[in-house]
Amino acid sequence: MSAAIESHVVLAPAAADPGWSLEQCETFLLHEARLLDEAKFDAWLALFTADAQYWVPSEPDQQSPYDTVSLMYDDRRLLETRVRRLASPRIYSQEPRSRTSRIVTNVTVDESGPDGALVRSKFMMIEFRRGVQRLFGGTCFHRLVRQDGSIRIRLKRIDLVNCDAPLDGLVVPF
Amino acid sequence: MPRHSAEDLLHRVQPARVHRSLYADPDIFELELKHIFGVAWIYVGHESQVRNPGDYFCTRVGRKPLIVVRDAGGTLKVLHNQCAHRGSMVVASDQGHTNEFQCCYHGWTYHLDGRLKAVPLQNGYPQDFDPANPKTSMLQVPRVASYRGFIFVSQAPDGPTLEESLGYMTTSLDDMVDRAPDGEIEVAGGVFRHTYNGNWKLYLENLCDAAHPWFTHRSSIDAAQQQKDDVFSDGSGEIAIRQMRQNGAPYSFWESQVGIWTYPNGHSYLGDYHDDAKLVAAMNDPLFRDYIAAMEAKKGKDRTKQILEVRRWNSNVYPNLSFMSQFQQLRVIHPIAVDRTEVHTYCFRLRGAPDRMFQNTISFANIVNGTGSLVLTDDLEIYHRIGLGLSSEGAEWLEIGRGFQSDEPDAHGGRKGKNSTSEIYIRNMFDAWLRYMTGDPRQRSQENLQGAVA
Repeated sequence: MSAAIESHVVLAPAAADPGWSLEQCETFLLHEARLLDEAKFDAWLALFTADAQYWVPSEPDQQSPYDTVSLMYDDRRLLETRVRRLASPRIYSQEPRSRTSRIVTNVTVDESGPDGALVRSKFMMIEFRRGVQRLFGGTCFHRLVRQDGSIRIRLKRIDLVNCDAPLDGLVVPF
Repeated sequence: MPRHSAEDLLHRVQPARVHRSLYADPDIFELELKHIFGVAWIYVGHESQVRNPGDYFCTRVGRKPLIVVRDAGGTLKVLHNQCAHRGSMVVASDQGHTNEFQCCYHGWTYHLDGRLKAVPLQNGYPQDFDPANPKTSMLQVPRVASYRGFIFVSQAPDGPTLEESLGYMTTSLDDMVDRAPDGEIEVAGGVFRHTYNGNWKLYLENLCDAAHPWFTHRSSIDAAQQQKDDVFSDGSGEIAIRQMRQNGAPYSFWESQVGIWTYPNGHSYLGDYHDDAKLVAAMNDPLFRDYIAAMEAKKGKDRTKQILEVRRWNSNVYPNLSFMSQFQQLRVIHPIAVDRTEVHTYCFRLRGAPDRMFQNTISFANIVNGTGSLVLTDDLEIYHRIGLGLSSEGAEWLEIGRGFQSDEPDAHGGRKGKNSTSEIYIRNMFDAWLRYMTGDPRQRSQENLQGAVA
């Protein structure tokens, strides 16, 4: 078992670690969003740590991915499989491919220390596929760490505003 | 008003083929709401969702919004969620606990069984206004019954009982419950709600279709088969990847090792399609040994063996329920329009089983039934494409003839496919469809070709 997924609720900002500037975190998030919009999923996967978790809860304020279903919940092994599938020529749910456009904003560094930073942001994503345009939005939490001088994602949690709505299939990662 | 006569509908179900309009014609859809969803026993929920008097949850059958409630005397009641005064929806929460139902428009207040309790400004209503008159009540659905905790309603005042209608499929519901060491299961772990632009029947059909995974799910099969195992996993990936790999079993396996059984009234089940004894057991997980120990402590060795030997994958109870006992999954199909369907998927906790069993149930739900799963998303794509294909004229008839000449009787009054990829389950559903829609009891879609249609 891994450590439990950390709660996204932060009661008080910890003393800011100068190693994690807002500008640096924001730049990283924009880079990540661009990789996703450009469908460079292998490069996106490379942003995650070897023990990463990727989580899109099915309920507002969901406490755990282990006792409640999630729209997506991947440990590292499953995230690799998800990304590999996206490259398959026979992924029929991506034939034709989605086009997406993401906006990332309201970035704050909620916690930072020598072990990493917890970064909160708002996002909107337009997805267009086969004549249908969908709009997603919500709050993202990135648990960032530094490995070999590069920023890596240890945990990404995406709380969709409409996470409990009836939705058509979700294939492109948020 | 719908313009189709019984004779017209009978013509649209023929041996080994059906007319595309059954998936595409809005008039036929309206008739289905009336003659199938308005008559048949429809699954609405589970008793664990309404344990105590005053507990309620909301659902719907067809377009009718319903409240399932346990009344003050502990009896299950199902009410139309509609005020007898001006027709407003009374209860707006998905679920909750209350002593009474109150309309927010003019304050009409109802007992839990739907009888009117109080009305503000009562002297303003006509002289014959009588709170005891049933016309001032929230309407009760005529028949409510539950089988081992699974609650069904029928909007027909009379007809076969729930157990008569379920027939041999009660054994699949038994399998769902018997796997709990304490003999009880409960809804837990949230719900998936997903939609697609296609007919409701497609979903039910696909859950017994052993011929599609190898093809439709190829992207996740390949991705899972290429996945390295020595990568960080908290257990979630383990079950998911194992399941996706198994979808890639060769066709010879799908044809001979799975099994498809059908029963009267449109019901069917697909056999377990894992090439080992059990998906969980085969993981050689100490957890499963703990589970078996808990089962044996409560039920004894022989009974436990008997229970775990049942090998069923998806069981379909026509027309709106499909469940899977091995991982405690249950899907409820809601027809919205002829080309629009919503599906709600639930998980169940086995009482008395190790907690980690439920975590496996959640992991399995995420990958097989999840809105963002690597498997279901390709099924949804298929339903969309069928919806798109059938909405236009062209090929007027759909072929449902696989296995037609080799199907055989089963020992419990049903029929089974000699070949597991037989489309017998579709033909069986259309026989039930015809009986609900026209009253014709013949098995027209399965009559042999010589006996053909005029």
